[in-house]
Amino acid sequence: MTITDYLSADHQRCDTLFADAEAAAGANNLPAAQAGFTAFHQGMLHHLAMEETVLFPAFEQATGSSMGPTRMMRMEHEQMRELFTQMDNALAAGNASSFAGLAETLLILMQQHNLKEEQILYPMSDRALADTARLIAQMQAVK
Amino acid sequence: MSMAALSLEQAPPISVPFRFFLSAPLFLLLAATAWLLAGSDALASRWTPAMLGITHLLTLGFMAMIMCGAMLQLLPVLAGAPVPHPRLVAWLIHLPLLGGTLLLAYGLYFYAALPLKLAMLLLAFALAAFLLAAIYSLARAPARNDSTRAMLLALAALTLTLGLGLLLAAGVANLATIPVLSLTALHAAWGLLGWTALLVAGVAYQVVPMFQLTPAYPRLATRWLAASLFVLLLLWSAHPLLPDDAASLLARLAGMGIAVCLGVFAILTLHLQFKRKRRVADVTRQFWQLGMASLLAAIVLWLGAQASTAIAASAAFPLVLGMLFILGFALSVIIGMLYKIVPFLIWFHLQSILPAKQVPHMKEIIADSGARWHLRAHLLCLPLFLLSTLWLQPWMYAAGAALMLNGILLLGNLYRALRRYLRGASLAAASSAAGKQ
Repeated sequence: MTITDYLSADHQRCDTLFADAEAAAGANNLPAAQAGFTAFHQGMLHHLAMEETVLFPAFEQATGSSMGPTRMMRMEHEQMRELFTQMDNALAAGNASSFAGLAETLLILMQQHNLKEEQILYPMSDRALADTARLIAQMQAVK
Repeated sequence: MSMAALSLEQAPPISVPFRFFLSAPLFLLLAATAWLLAGSDALASRWTPAMLGITHLLTLGFMAMIMCGAMLQLLPVLAGAPVPHPRLVAWLIHLPLLGGTLLLAYGLYFYAALPLKLAMLLLAFALAAFLLAAIYSLARAPARNDSTRAMLLALAALTLTLGLGLLLAAGVANLATIPVLSLTALHAAWGLLGWTALLVAGVAYQVVPMFQLTPAYPRLATRWLAASLFVLLLLWSAHPLLPDDAASLLARLAGMGIAVCLGVFAILTLHLQFKRKRRVADVTRQFWQLGMASLLAAIVLWLGAQASTAIAASAAFPLVLGMLFILGFALSVIIGMLYKIVPFLIWFHLQSILPAKQVPHMKEIIADSGARWHLRAHLLCLPLFLLSTLWLQPWMYAAGAALMLNGILLLGNLYRALRRYLRGASLAAASSAAGKQ
């Protein structure tokens, strides 16, 4: 399995969780939205942690730079985390319409981010990094 | 290429795409005004000066205006290919495109040679600048995929459209003697089936799965559709070079092939949207569904004209075909895209200068209700225009009014979004000034 395959599949998994949470909020079913959002949020935090603690450091070491693509990816992770917090607050306040607007915003941010990773950063990592199987195992071990 | 040199931080300043997006609705208003003032004789055929002028207000003033602006914005995201010196490039494209389109429409509408000659200069300059910038970026893009290949073919098609358009304008302005009918057919085919459809396909491969969480387009389709469409357009363009019988056979076969390519694209897009994970209501998706349905209707009508000479010979046929493609397909898809790109860009730029709590989310920048009213007005437009091809009186007035409303609602939504951005930007400026004191 390549890094691209492994992490792209994880994007897909998180997308499904996102769609479930969004649909529940759209139907004004706040308990289901809360449960769905929690699952999505955990999935995303795990995904971001796999990248930030395993993939990005390995990529930066191999390319000798932390100012290249990984810097931008880390910045976008921060933007996503900020939206997660706001979405969480919107649900806690029972504000489904605010949640919907934040979800729409997050979706585009997240999708264009995923696209850049899947089309540029992951394939570059597969080419630049030596032992991708070991890296994938390390990512799987991230809590 | 040095990997470390590649940064994914490439979004151009917000003024770069926005000048294009905010200018475009004005051309809808102009087109509607020109339509209402033209008088019924002028609207009876695609060949009248008024109709040629109105067509270019829509295709250049609205469609190309937004497509150029969106491409400057999307190339970095979809292809990792930033346009160099985006501000300068935007200046070089936007004003000449705006002025050139106005002059072209005026020159065609009133049959005036001088405005046409000036328009040729300005449009050649604007589109050449756009083509150079976009081809330069795409050629250096780190991401090479079916989407970027379709975009490159779209740019090649735009180059041909521009060249043919300049020849035609030279003919109308009495600078050259040219075979007007056959060149017009080529110009329209490369502009609509080439540049427009190829760009929509190239963008759709990326954004349809992105916005709706649909499965990806099948690899077989993305690999072959755009290239096949391009080759078929080349074959169709070459058919007059053959002897009579062979020429009409080639034209027919290539035409069928083009119809199949576009039909597969439309059906696939509808099918993927049907299989989407995202289940909440979405105005952009509805605009796209209308667009794909109109494209299919245009294909069915074209096939009908191949089978029946009565359809092919009627004066309404080319008008209806053009309306389905331009108003129904291209405008719907483009407007649908705007309702994602504009609020996202404003959010994106504001979150970089404002504290998180003060940043409006996308639906506070363009409200769903505003976009939905626009969708309704747009839905009204197409049938009214189609009716006006059959019974010009009184439907032409209703159609013109609906197009006017369409432009007003779009302008209103974009203008409110812009105000939201400016309010955020001035808040940020005020707090940074306060911070310095």
